[in-house]
Amino acid sequence: MERIKSAAQLAGLQKKLLKAQDPKRPVVRVCLGPGCLAQGAAMVSQAFKSTIKAKKLRAKVQPLIKETGCHGFCSQGTLVSLSPADLFYVRVKPEDVEEIVEASLVKGQVVERLLYSDNGARYKSAAEIPFYKMQQKIILKNVGIIDPLKIDDALMAGAYQSFAKALTQMSPEDIINTVSLSGLRGRGGGGFPTGRKWRRAADIARENPGPVYIIGNGEEGDPGAFMDRAIMEGDPHAVLEGMIIGAYALGANKGFLYVRHEYPIAIRHLSIAIEQARSLGLLGQNILGTGFDFDLQINRGAGAYVCGEETAIIASLEGRVGEPITRPPYPAQQGLWNRPTIINNVETWANVPHIIDKGAKWYTDLGVPYSTGTKIFSLVGKVKNSGLVEVPMGVTLGRIVEEIGGGVPGQERFKAVQTGGPSGGIIPYEFKDLPPADMKPARVGLSAPVPISELKKLPVDFDSMAQTGSIMGGGGMIVMDNRDCVVDVARYFLRFLQEESCGKCLPCRLGLKGMQEFLDKFSRGQGSVEDIDELKSLAQAVGDGSLCGLGGTAPNPVLTSIRYFRDEYLAHIKDHKCPAGVCKDLIIYRVDPKTCNGCTLCVRNCPQDCISGRKKKPHTINNAACIRCGACMDVCPVGAVIVE
Amino acid sequence: MSPKKKKTDDLINFTIDGQPVQARPGWTILETAEQYHIHIPTLCFHPAVKPWGGCRLCVVEVRYGKRGKVMPSCLNPPLAKLEVFTHSERVLNVRRWVLEMLLADCPASKEIRDLAREYGVTATRFTITDPEEECLRCGRCVAVCNEVVGVQALTFGSRGVNKQLDTPYRVPNNACVACGCCVTVCPTGAMSTRLDLVRGDVSRRTGHGFAH
Amino acid sequence: MKATTLEIDDILERYPKQPQHLISLLQDVQAEYKYISPEHLALICDHVGVPLTQAWAVATFYKSFSLEPRGEHEIKVCLGTTCHLKGGGRLVEACERDLAVARGHTTEDLRFTLDTVKCVGACALAPVVMIDEDYLGAASIPSLQKRLEKL
Repeated sequence: MERIKSAAQLAGLQKKLLKAQDPKRPVVRVCLGPGCLAQGAAMVSQAFKSTIKAKKLRAKVQPLIKETGCHGFCSQGTLVSLSPADLFYVRVKPEDVEEIVEASLVKGQVVERLLYSDNGARYKSAAEIPFYKMQQKIILKNVGIIDPLKIDDALMAGAYQSFAKALTQMSPEDIINTVSLSGLRGRGGGGFPTGRKWRRAADIARENPGPVYIIGNGEEGDPGAFMDRAIMEGDPHAVLEGMIIGAYALGANKGFLYVRHEYPIAIRHLSIAIEQARSLGLLGQNILGTGFDFDLQINRGAGAYVCGEETAIIASLEGRVGEPITRPPYPAQQGLWNRPTIINNVETWANVPHIIDKGAKWYTDLGVPYSTGTKIFSLVGKVKNSGLVEVPMGVTLGRIVEEIGGGVPGQERFKAVQTGGPSGGIIPYEFKDLPPADMKPARVGLSAPVPISELKKLPVDFDSMAQTGSIMGGGGMIVMDNRDCVVDVARYFLRFLQEESCGKCLPCRLGLKGMQEFLDKFSRGQGSVEDIDELKSLAQAVGDGSLCGLGGTAPNPVLTSIRYFRDEYLAHIKDHKCPAGVCKDLIIYRVDPKTCNGCTLCVRNCPQDCISGRKKKPHTINNAACIRCGACMDVCPVGAVIVE
Repeated sequence: MSPKKKKTDDLINFTIDGQPVQARPGWTILETAEQYHIHIPTLCFHPAVKPWGGCRLCVVEVRYGKRGKVMPSCLNPPLAKLEVFTHSERVLNVRRWVLEMLLADCPASKEIRDLAREYGVTATRFTITDPEEECLRCGRCVAVCNEVVGVQALTFGSRGVNKQLDTPYRVPNNACVACGCCVTVCPTGAMSTRLDLVRGDVSRRTGHGFAH
Repeated sequence: MKATTLEIDDILERYPKQPQHLISLLQDVQAEYKYISPEHLALICDHVGVPLTQAWAVATFYKSFSLEPRGEHEIKVCLGTTCHLKGGGRLVEACERDLAVARGHTTEDLRFTLDTVKCVGACALAPVVMIDEDYLGAASIPSLQKRLEKL
């Protein structure tokens, strides 16, 4: 491909591509996002290709098959959308493909059975489905639409237009001002104002000339969060564009994308995107003839959650263990190789082109004061519609979980929502008093607290979330129902953090283990009421005594669960019961003789051979030998195995 | 900034436990406290090496305007008008828990037991994994070997709860020059029993840690 | 498995001789040989110019490196929050029983390595198990057993 030497040439290329496109040509978009892949999307895509080849369709209906990034509605995968017919098929299996090709592509009909239906209504187009209708897609606009491996596709969707504008019509100072005025805050969880961070680095670089570095943080480690993955896989050029604009504003000539090694597809798509941008001259020397040089490289994370922390990323990029160091000096002052370094989450970077394109005013009109723009959440757990959701900041949690997510299947209301991963908290459906004094949110305080009594009405923005003792964090939102035990979830996070702690600070290395010992006791039905207060005191010490965000916010899941679910702790300690039926030492499995049809599946699958019963007769579990593995419950076709 | 102004700015005035103190630029809170004979307990701090801030025993509570924060005094420089508290409730809470946990982590260390007693901690509720253990992984030995001796014979291996003092493949390292600095700086004496696990064949030493 | 493996020198050649490339080199060697042997670790150190102690610290700190040979097939049970809530823990226990190997370890015949992973980002399909490069979504003990039998 020929190198682009000016902004006009880039605009010309885009025009040429759009003109060459046939708007009537059918396009089949197969979602190859992580959720759909786990449901066999690769085979669906293959089936489309082979069926179309076999059918030898006339040139007029010869469809274009696009393998796209995540469409968002993961619980309904594999998702396939057809344009210009504007049809949206869900739960597509390879065997459905022939029918889709025959009916929809050749004859222009609708395959009714593959449409999404809910409460008796069938939806032809994705835009009508409540899950999508209430979203506002800005960052995810092209994810699921474009083929992430084709730069032409991205260019036709408008990629690199903001970049051309920034490089040719704006000064670095203008860009920093625009980003500051937009109120953009770090999407990785900290919520630090991006413009302020950039300003600091730019000032230092001016006083102290030398290289400046920028880093895209794609080490999305929070369990239950996959927003960044979707962006990197589905629209890698958006991340690149944001970073190039940032580099120009900050005078950086070298950038790094630090991506989790658990995301091999994201790494591949970004690498291809970088190659393409280089060959077009959008990366490299003298970009668009402006004299500005910039290049990007990808570094794979090596499996350390703590490397989501700024100073740990830097250590890792320098080839050392990812041990955080104390701030200040902040990376913006002294970062990679002791030079000013700007680290932003990849979602933050992906916001930048939109701000440059449409202006700060447009951006602040989205969202609420102090939390502007939109935010992507991964809505998962015990919720009907799970997947990726992009909404303006400040939308209530009730709207996200109940209206977009469709609530908990079979239950009137959800029990709690866990946000912010291991640094966040567990917030219940109902709560009485705010704001809590004994919690340590990562970073708060831009807006004043507003009293709220129900989780449903809680606006989802940085500051409102922090008031509950949780944080918005990266955007993971895990819905819990009454089969989920908060003691168990708190234990889960402590185990997670212990494995991921770097081990530098004693309060974190030993304290997390100590906190876990308390919780282990509770989960066995032991311990005393005083132990709950001791645990709180220890949690406070861990939070106060740790250097980085990992230890500093580690108490949050424990403290929020004690604060809002004290009764559940007391049930474990005093009544020796796990109300949710999760803690192994406090539960037994039983076969309901009325429901059991005597199929012997459980008998055959029990690893302990502790289920007895003849064919067609109700079975019984010998609880003395049972190890509570739950295999019987998994295999029972009639739901006769119950937990007590 | 005029030179005159700079001179008055030279010293940083703040308070420690209510007592007005002055720090020279570049001093940490801990160094300033030492000048005024205000005792702050430390374990991983050693004047011969760069402060690492791992043991968190030297934490103090600082208040600046309305904001309060607990931070290690060995790493943080004071700001003018800062109020520092070395024995506030929050500080003592961190120290007591750290000491109680250390009693379980390195129960064989007399130094830790004595220090814990100073803070009224005489027993531990946590599980003791190794009753013979003395090492608290404070990192002094690693730091002195890297920064002062410069042979890098020692390192930390693994992470989190499993973090431990290591040589590559847990065999004696020929890079070791048997200088004994690690033993000298060790706050608990754990290093003296470990030296033989580190020290390789001194006659075959390579001097730069590349050997194995 | 691939028929031929790259020579270690070819992997080293990919990166300039600078300490910052230590982790990338370890990753490439890990990907090619499925573990990092003592000889390779020493060669990497010489190439990028870091002491062996630093490479040891790095190789034991990051979870994706293995200093022992790994199995032909890697089974990674996701234990992200959602997978945990939906029974990922029971799947690991089932694998441990069926393969007679503890998590983080390799079977004696070097057929399987059982590991847990902190969220693969496919939470909507929890619980998820990754078998080599493939995802098994909405996994249950029987569906996982069936899949493993096919290997």
